[in-house]
Amino acid sequence: MSEDKLNCEEVIEQLFTYLDGELDHVHSAAIDRHLERCRDCFSRAEFEKRLRERIRASAKASAPDSLHRRVKGLLDQY
Amino acid sequence: MDRLYGTALRLTGNPDDAQDVVAEAVSKAWSKLDDLRDLESMEGWLFRILNNAFVSQWRRRRTRDEVEREAVETSDAGDFSLFQQLHQPFLLWWGTPEQQFLNDVLQEDLQKALDALPDGFRVAIVLVEVQGYTYEEVSALLEIPVGTVRSRLSRGRALLQKALWQQASEAGLVHGRHPSDSGAGDST
Repeated sequence: MSEDKLNCEEVIEQLFTYLDGELDHVHSAAIDRHLERCRDCFSRAEFEKRLRERIRASAKASAPDSLHRRVKGLLDQY
Repeated sequence: MDRLYGTALRLTGNPDDAQDVVAEAVSKAWSKLDDLRDLESMEGWLFRILNNAFVSQWRRRRTRDEVEREAVETSDAGDFSLFQQLHQPFLLWWGTPEQQFLNDVLQEDLQKALDALPDGFRVAIVLVEVQGYTYEEVSALLEIPVGTVRSRLSRGRALLQKALWQQASEAGLVHGRHPSDSGAGDST
């Protein structure tokens, strides 16, 4: 497989590994080039990126008062 | 405290366990404060302690066999892709169904779908997508091969997207084939 001429199937197969930052520079650059010229794969990549942002945002929460009190109690012991 | 709790909540999938993990992590961090040499690295240090506290508690609650069995028994979502369900290639970029879906899906629905995943899958997704861990780091933390990390991520993402599709279908946000009609879930 030539990294310069990835087809859509190869790009989609590696898309999550690419988004996870787990591809080496050469493979990552090849996917970048494909995404610059392929609207369908670009749309798919943008969708997965935005979904990932939403998942990341799902880890935002306010710690309940009971936890604040519990932690304060723990720290007071030191 | 909010960020620690939010991360613990997604790792554990429930508020009581999340509070236990944060309390244990803060207690450990406080007792090891002398080990912290660089205040600028405090955040990463705290989150590492949080993750280790979570893994310790998780292991106390569940054996590795239980986690693996749950993963095997969970119905396989194959390579289910929300994008493929939603995408209509003839529409222009803005206002496409997939963009609309991302705008409409509630944070609460995402949390519910994530929390409902089998533990092994949810933890891999939270560590990589929320915390930015590398596959090697997840492998070291959970003491599992990198190949298992990859496979849990792949299956977990497919299950998560399938659950989101089902939620959206039930809420009337999307109109189309049910996942079970698409063959996406028939690969077991």
